[in-house]
Amino acid sequence: MTRVDQLRRANSGFMTTLTALCTLMAVGALLVILAHIAWQGIGSLNWQFLVDRPRPVGEGGGIGNAIVGSLLLLLISSAFGLPLGICVGIYLSEIGRGRLGGAVRFIVDTLTGIPSIVTGVFVYAIVVLPMKHFSAFAGGVALALIMIPIVARTTEEMLKLVPHSLREGALALGAPQWRVILGVVVPAAAPGIATGAMLAIARISGETAPLLFTAFGSRFFPESLNEPIASLTVQIYNYAISPYDEWHAQAWAATLVLMTLVLGINIMVRFLTRKKF
Amino acid sequence: MFRILMSLVALLMVGIVVAMVIALAADAMPSIRQFGFGFLKGQSWNPIKGEFGALPFIYGTVASSLIALLISVPFSLGIAIFLVEQAPHYIARPVGFLVELLAAIPSVVYGLWGIFVLAPFLRQYVQPALATLFGWTPFFRGTITGIGLLTGGIILAIMVTPIISAVVRDVLAAVPGSQREAALALGATKWEMIRVVLVNGAPGIAGAVILGLGRALGETMAVTMVIGNRPQVSLSLFDPSYTIASAIANEFTEATGDLYLSSLVELGLILFLVTFIVNGIARLLVWNVTRRTGGVGRAA
Repeated sequence: MTRVDQLRRANSGFMTTLTALCTLMAVGALLVILAHIAWQGIGSLNWQFLVDRPRPVGEGGGIGNAIVGSLLLLLISSAFGLPLGICVGIYLSEIGRGRLGGAVRFIVDTLTGIPSIVTGVFVYAIVVLPMKHFSAFAGGVALALIMIPIVARTTEEMLKLVPHSLREGALALGAPQWRVILGVVVPAAAPGIATGAMLAIARISGETAPLLFTAFGSRFFPESLNEPIASLTVQIYNYAISPYDEWHAQAWAATLVLMTLVLGINIMVRFLTRKKF
Repeated sequence: MFRILMSLVALLMVGIVVAMVIALAADAMPSIRQFGFGFLKGQSWNPIKGEFGALPFIYGTVASSLIALLISVPFSLGIAIFLVEQAPHYIARPVGFLVELLAAIPSVVYGLWGIFVLAPFLRQYVQPALATLFGWTPFFRGTITGIGLLTGGIILAIMVTPIISAVVRDVLAAVPGSQREAALALGATKWEMIRVVLVNGAPGIAGAVILGLGRALGETMAVTMVIGNRPQVSLSLFDPSYTIASAIANEFTEATGDLYLSSLVELGLILFLVTFIVNGIARLLVWNVTRRTGGVGRAA
């Protein structure tokens, strides 16, 4: 082997080791962050913390209202976001094949990249200002707007996996297009659409920025959807930037709760879809 | 009937984007009238005096995003190359999933970790070292606090790495196997073969990087929590800075007076337009690569 060849081989070995190192560091970062959350969070976590509402510094308190608030926000946003997102997905996969379909797909894709804080400002302008106060409803709308494009694209991908023979078979039996889609294609893709919906829920349950001036936050349990409402993420933010050690500890514990939810959904989805991909 | 209904819902998406532009522009009107294009060049952000200039925020946003890309692009390429070209299936799948999990961590959680773990670490170990090594440049000077442009950039880098590497993975996987076989058959080493693959996927990789840029520009909570939130233009990466998104997050609910609020909305409008264009370019680049090869369209 000539000297040049040896150099080429050495270079190749070096660079390929480097790529493995990059991957190792990314996985390392993930593990360091998760371990730190678990270690810091577990200390302040107890039953009282999970069911109580926030109290002044020194009196304990908890995140019960934030958990209820986050679940309500997820419920409102899913009620708007899931049906609309699935409809757009159906349009993209089954109906919009031409130029207009391409344009809609492009818009939906770029909507995914709109910063969530901008969505917050938009909802502030169209919901909060006319209603003249912050509300759980406004927060739900903001989260729904973030959810729709995600659900739409995963639904489209899943519908495209349904074999054409199914559609042709149903059409040959004389079914109109709407029955083919709603009765055959969508049910065939239902598990995939459901996992896509779950991933979208995991994603929006971690959103903070669009809630800051829509749902705003609250130190009490919610009594109606027409008033400001607490959420886990905004609570974590407010506690993290506060000057009190006790609240910092509570922020870590709340983060542990949030991460359990978010990672739980992600890992469950991975487990459910393992066989198919 | 069904077709029309579905099409209407799809058009609603276009409607939302149009409504966003109109609503933001309408609410930003007082500020646009008052300052015109001078808003973009204004250096002073002083709500008490009624002076609103966006330059410090634009600088902070662009600078923190560039730092993030500088760090994350080599890492993302390394990760994607490792997962597509080198790792065997039984390693690539679980490891790929772990890297993707980094993208599932909420922004506010990164912020919390940034304040209490990353910032103290940088203050104690990394920044003093940088100051001694590169203190002669204007970039690593000033008081070391652990909070500032550098910390914001590093947090962003961790956040965009899984996004860029995921798209680069798709792009590399779309490069035809015949390219690899041809390179290897000509006697190329593994790395030389990978370089051929990289050149083939170059437009898609560019798209992935721009996609990461779009994400970094609009990232809010994590940056807000570690960047220091002071509207100033300073070359030093140790100094506190401020981004467009953080300014909106911090000051929106406290803004008193129409001009203050509408200046913040105008910042939002700028962010919206910039990220829309950046994402549009990225999507076009990625689509071209992942759809060109193979009969089946791949998800970008």
